[in-house]
Amino acid sequence: MADFLQAFHTALRLIVTFDPDLVEIVLLSLRVSLFAVAIASVIGFGLGGVLAVYRFPGRGAASAVLSALMGLPPVVAGLFVYLLLSNSGPFGVLQLLYTPTAMIIAQVVLVVPIVGALTRQACEDLLEEYEEQLRSLGASSGDIVTTLLWDGRYRLITAVLAGFGRAIAEVGAVMIVGGNIDHVTRTMTTAIALETSKGEIALALALGIVLLLMAFAVNVALMGVRRFASRFAYA
Amino acid sequence: MLLQIDRRTLLGLAVALLLVGASACVGNAEDKFIIVQSTTSTQNSGLFEHILPEFTKKTGIEVRVVAVGTGQALNNAENGDGDVVFVHSKPDEEKFVAEGWGVNRHDVMYNDFVIVGPAADPAKIAGLKVAPEAFKKIAEAQAPFASRGDDSGTNKAELKLWQDAAIDPKSASGKWYLETGSGMGATLNTAVGKRAYALTDRGTWLSFANKDDFKVLVEGDPKLFNQYGVILVNQAKHPNVKAKEGQVFIDWLTGPEGQVSIANYKIDGQQLFFPNAASPKRNDSGRAQ
Amino acid sequence: MLEPVASNRASVSLNGRRTLLPLQIRNLVYEANGKRLIDGLDLHIEDPGVTVIMGPNGAGKSVLLRLMHGLIVPTGGEILWGEKRMDRELARRQAMVFQKPVLLRRSAAANIWHALGLRGIARGDRADRVEGALKLAGLAGRGAAPARVLSGGEQQRLCLARALSLEPSILFLDEPTASLDPASTFAIEELLIDAQHRGVKIIMVTHDVGQARRLARDVLFLHRGRIVEHQKAAGFFERPESETARTFLAGGLVL
Repeated sequence: MADFLQAFHTALRLIVTFDPDLVEIVLLSLRVSLFAVAIASVIGFGLGGVLAVYRFPGRGAASAVLSALMGLPPVVAGLFVYLLLSNSGPFGVLQLLYTPTAMIIAQVVLVVPIVGALTRQACEDLLEEYEEQLRSLGASSGDIVTTLLWDGRYRLITAVLAGFGRAIAEVGAVMIVGGNIDHVTRTMTTAIALETSKGEIALALALGIVLLLMAFAVNVALMGVRRFASRFAYA
Repeated sequence: MLLQIDRRTLLGLAVALLLVGASACVGNAEDKFIIVQSTTSTQNSGLFEHILPEFTKKTGIEVRVVAVGTGQALNNAENGDGDVVFVHSKPDEEKFVAEGWGVNRHDVMYNDFVIVGPAADPAKIAGLKVAPEAFKKIAEAQAPFASRGDDSGTNKAELKLWQDAAIDPKSASGKWYLETGSGMGATLNTAVGKRAYALTDRGTWLSFANKDDFKVLVEGDPKLFNQYGVILVNQAKHPNVKAKEGQVFIDWLTGPEGQVSIANYKIDGQQLFFPNAASPKRNDSGRAQ
Repeated sequence: MLEPVASNRASVSLNGRRTLLPLQIRNLVYEANGKRLIDGLDLHIEDPGVTVIMGPNGAGKSVLLRLMHGLIVPTGGEILWGEKRMDRELARRQAMVFQKPVLLRRSAAANIWHALGLRGIARGDRADRVEGALKLAGLAGRGAAPARVLSGGEQQRLCLARALSLEPSILFLDEPTASLDPASTFAIEELLIDAQHRGVKIIMVTHDVGQARRLARDVLFLHRGRIVEHQKAAGFFERPESETARTFLAGGLVL
């Protein structure tokens, strides 16, 4: 109990005083996860839209794989990217290991299935409603994908926010490919892991509280977006 | 129509954002830095926060520490993912060099391991001077013991002690012998949580903040001596290794300034690590080209 | 009572474009899920005006419409428009309105704009057509309204106006007023009559016998995937030739 109280107290102090170490890791976390989600969304929208609209052999299997990858453990994604970026790996020459870029790549791997599978579902639902009319109007499959993506934009925002939630909260991937290097690749989650391993429970909890606040803010934004959407029957 | 403009500007914005973000990330390539593969126990002790800023101030080289278990550190270095290795498992270090992955190995500092446990001390090991004997008593009492179980320097030292006590703890794995597969700090958290004994390096223990009522129960046995070594990763095996800067670091670490810096690191007035590098290197010592 | 006006110019429509007629269907077969929905159907349509397709539920009316429009592919037989098989070029000269209005989640004007874009209409021309379509739908000045908050009748008028803005030669409708109130139904029918005058060939499925009487120039009566009767409207309603049509018009159940 004492730990919890101390944690809240510490969290408050860190936030209110804009503790420079805290600011640094918060900014890094946001930078890594936001870029990862932006890139993963572009890829995920395309993948999801194509899987929903185009008919090709293996489509069902591809959709199933994409959905299954939503449950990819972050540490596995991290290992996979580590093997690629390691100096003994195929892309070692890029010297990306232990940099924020590597962390972004690992999180892209994690988030693409989430955005992709949710986009595919949203597009499939819309397709049922629209396909006949769009084909009648002369839309090609490509036209249909772009039409559905824009039309489903509020559901897609939800998918993006889900992806962001996953990215900002994971520790396994960024730990392995980032190395948790002080001032370079230390994010909120790896810092929490480190402080925990040092027995600094209250400080770790405090960081956790800050992380939760960020996630809370994201969710409030999500609710606002949804409410706006339904008012115009755009949802 | 507003809609068409919307999509185009969105796309343009997205591309611009990506480029900015990408450039921001890669910007660090110009700074001088080396990557040191080291261990969690060394990091958790806080040593690096103390000595590295001094090194960077003197040489302008940033040191980026990746802290994992000794086994993983050596493995990463074999993959070429580090310029210097700084761990504490001499047999493995010598093997690393013998196999050609490292150029050569230097002593840097030592500290000792201690056996910690709950104040209640169910196996009654407090004050014993022979570590294997303490282990024997723990096994006989079947008192819980938290092991790192992760191929680290600490873990290997611990297993050697069990060997010396002629006991195979792994047969009781999951019963009273708990293998956490984690770093030192995480293992200590588990030990405290399970009221279990644990072997830990003194440095981590002194800086550990979650001791509860645990104490150092056994110390001083020469078998608990813990030697740290530093190795330059062999550039011949991995051309990307920053051999020059890496050597600068090793020279500093084993030289008078680094050694003094190590000795100066104290917690609550207690020194954690004891420098014991050999005398300064001659210029023609085996450096790979 | 509104009577369709006959056009004597069979080969060139009023707006100067060549018509797609005659429509010739030979031995059309369509099977799905093991059932034969269209069972060896023959058909010849060459006159302008409104052709109404009627028949009991399950007769295959909607399926036939979709086959004609190229939305589904026949299992057998052929569909020829002016001696030509269906292709992209022909498809671009057709449009269809469905029973339930299908509008995108954007403004009324944006819906028209989007449809014009799909057809490849140059941007410069779109603004005028959008305005014209909105006026036709009775939504002048309300282009910015989200399409899906409009009433059912307004939405369907918008769908019809959207279809007409593409300047099709053939317009298909699948029970367009089935769920609309009389005022909206009237508005839709007005639009159809107007379109017909401007030379659009209309092929429409309806359940509403009164509507068929009001609009039809000729009637196709379908039963069990086949054309049972094809007559001029006046003749069909006065003296239906087939037993099934007679039963249907009298309000009986056709089995």
